[in-house]
Amino acid sequence: MSGGSYYVPDQSRFPIFMAFSLFVLVMGASSTINNLDNPESNSVYILYSGFACLFLTMFFWFRQVIKEHLAGLDSNQLKQSYVYGMAWFIFSEVMFFAAFFGALFYVRTFAVPWLAGDGAKGDAITAIELWQGFESTWPVITTPDQGSEYVLAEKSMAWPGWDHALKWLPLWNTIVLLSSSVTVHIAHLALKNGNRKKFNTMLGVTVGLALIFVGLQAAEYYEAYAHYGLTLNSGIYGSTFFMLTGFHGFHVMMGGFMLAVMLARSVFAGHFEEHDHFGFEAASWYWHFVDVVWVMLFLFVYIL
Amino acid sequence: MSAVIENHHDDHHHGPAKGITRWLYTTNHKDIGTLYLWFSFAMFLIGGAMAMVIRAELFQPGMQIVEPEFYNQMITLHGLIMIFGGVMPAFVGLANWLVPMMIGAPDMALPRMNNLSFWILPFAFFVLLSSLFMEGGAPNFGWTFYAPLSTTYAPPSVTFFIFSVHIMGASSIMGSINVVVTIMNMRAPGITLMKMPLFVWSWLITAYLLIAVMPVLAGAVTMMLMDIHFGTSFFNAAGGGDPVLFQHIFWFFGHPEVYIMILPAFGIVSHIIETFSRKQLFGYSSMVWAMLSIAILSFVVWAHHMFTVGMPLAAEIFFMWATMLIAVPTGVKVFNWVATMFRGSITFETPMLFAVSFVVLFTIGGLSGLMLAIVPADFQYHDTYFVVAHFHYVLVPGAIFSIMAAVYYWIPKWCGNMYDERLGKLHFWLSFIGVNVTFFPQHFIGLAGMPRRYPDYALQFADWNMVSSVGAFLFGFSQLLFLFIVIKTVMGGKKATSKVWEGAKGLEWTVASPAPYHTFSTPPKVD
Repeated sequence: MSGGSYYVPDQSRFPIFMAFSLFVLVMGASSTINNLDNPESNSVYILYSGFACLFLTMFFWFRQVIKEHLAGLDSNQLKQSYVYGMAWFIFSEVMFFAAFFGALFYVRTFAVPWLAGDGAKGDAITAIELWQGFESTWPVITTPDQGSEYVLAEKSMAWPGWDHALKWLPLWNTIVLLSSSVTVHIAHLALKNGNRKKFNTMLGVTVGLALIFVGLQAAEYYEAYAHYGLTLNSGIYGSTFFMLTGFHGFHVMMGGFMLAVMLARSVFAGHFEEHDHFGFEAASWYWHFVDVVWVMLFLFVYIL
Repeated sequence: MSAVIENHHDDHHHGPAKGITRWLYTTNHKDIGTLYLWFSFAMFLIGGAMAMVIRAELFQPGMQIVEPEFYNQMITLHGLIMIFGGVMPAFVGLANWLVPMMIGAPDMALPRMNNLSFWILPFAFFVLLSSLFMEGGAPNFGWTFYAPLSTTYAPPSVTFFIFSVHIMGASSIMGSINVVVTIMNMRAPGITLMKMPLFVWSWLITAYLLIAVMPVLAGAVTMMLMDIHFGTSFFNAAGGGDPVLFQHIFWFFGHPEVYIMILPAFGIVSHIIETFSRKQLFGYSSMVWAMLSIAILSFVVWAHHMFTVGMPLAAEIFFMWATMLIAVPTGVKVFNWVATMFRGSITFETPMLFAVSFVVLFTIGGLSGLMLAIVPADFQYHDTYFVVAHFHYVLVPGAIFSIMAAVYYWIPKWCGNMYDERLGKLHFWLSFIGVNVTFFPQHFIGLAGMPRRYPDYALQFADWNMVSSVGAFLFGFSQLLFLFIVIKTVMGGKKATSKVWEGAKGLEWTVASPAPYHTFSTPPKVD
């Protein structure tokens, strides 16, 4: 603790700007979504301005925090607060994914078998009357309504067997993302050892791998939509598949963006010291978290 | 930007900034606490006005004042506003005011994020309330927003509801991260975990619960959004999903949520009973362990809200027993409060009146909860007014009485003036009578079979409904007296000493009344 006294930041206008940006953003998002089939709606511009305000506020807010840090205003106590804060933020993200994994486990273990007539007598009767001929399989390709409300896919994203393994994108995605976790760790070690050049290189490689991952994921989505007929509209398998991988992909983009910012800070501004680099470390934690989520996805969405 | 950096050294000695920007840009935990408390009071009055509409409609059988569609919007918004706008922000406001003072910290750990957590709320509730004026009206599916009522059959404003829940959740998560980090990192040297005041303990556990379940709620509303607008089938059996899945996810959030609304109350009541009994609190460490057990158990009892939905027998039995287990740590707490009062030199100032009635009335709510936990009994009580009576007993004379007790107890510390004791006692007795006249008869009409969430009812429920409505008006209008008392105290009154109460213990009573704008600029000495 520097000098034994506490540090309290001065008034700041960033928070309320950010709250206002969020307000514009959610108003824009709600009215855009409510007007999706109305071509004359201009709500999307409210959404865009919300995003613009949010990014601008975050840019200036983070810039201020970095400036204060470089000016030596942060006490050790405040630095520790950032560490705890980031850890708990990641915990909240874990719980967000837990909701979607919970949904996946629930439909796989209970809902789909029950719809096919499994379970206690009452369920079986309902299922036979309502959804004649529906059979419990996972992935669910033929939905209980046999495609009258939902559009049936032709093929799922599940494990294609050893013969086709090398052409299977999720395997490559796993390799890419796991390696990126290793490279970001090597970058971290390099930074701790004061090897700036290696740090920049390995961090650059990590950002590159992140981009490759997002590219492969986009290719996979294209394949799903264009060739497999697998969409958000193809029943519970499509729902869980796209929501889980989609939110994960979104987190990869955020984490990759954070790492790219850290790379730019290191390359262009020479930020981060051997023993003082929590900005980078927080981004790398986030990256490892995203990686762990992928491993879970790979297991429970693709393989099992 | 750089001006801010250069100025910071003077900041410790400055008072608040002048004008409106003090409130807009503040990073001060006391200012933000005040904002939270006033905001929650405004929401309490708005949600209360909606309750008055509900009780006015139910005054007599038959339809007299509002359309059924509007009635549904009222019950929905009443619940959402009271929970997310009334009780939760009030507790966060108390945490802001008290936690840093109780642990000898200068402020919250992340003061700017603290401001952000608050200022999201007025915007979020503006979005929610604006839905009243939209085509198709406000959300009308009850505060639990079960699918498919909230998906297939929802009004278009449900999209605005979903996004307002998203940003409320963001606000709660940031606020809770701030509380946890403050408690973990900002305690003055010497305040070990097991020496923390119980209010601090209760908030540490509450904040952990919030960080764990608010993201789950965000997940639930996201699935709703996708089901409504983007063709997924999470809650639609035709595509292989299940509407019951919604209830599981919602109550995985919802049950810890009810402890989020009561744990800080436990902390508050422990302080007040200790002070006015002029004794050491009985069983400090068992209080802590009881709260921890309640928090952990709260994650494995959610399906007791869904006994009638058609779950496997094994699940019904598990959730029944797990729920009943919660009575054990709760019983420990009630026992400890009673044991603290036993042979104490008790005086009954307003905070103590609220605290003692909390213990009695919350226990009544807890016992009716135990009745509801019994599966075969719940098959009868489910979705009747008995449930309404149960959760209003734990929320109104539970959570809200504890908030009022806290306001009376700490307001001399906040503004330096004593409240008017005579008016305070009047407010207490009016509220106490009002709350019991409102909610006790609802047990009877519930057991007699009156279902909740209907604007009309059969004739045999007429008498008790009328009694209940009279009580509700009494309780509702008594709160204007509370508003008057608070304003009167802020404006002036007998000056308070630093210690305020004879039996008060804790760091917040060592600083002047009103507490200086920046309380501790260096860590205080703690024995």
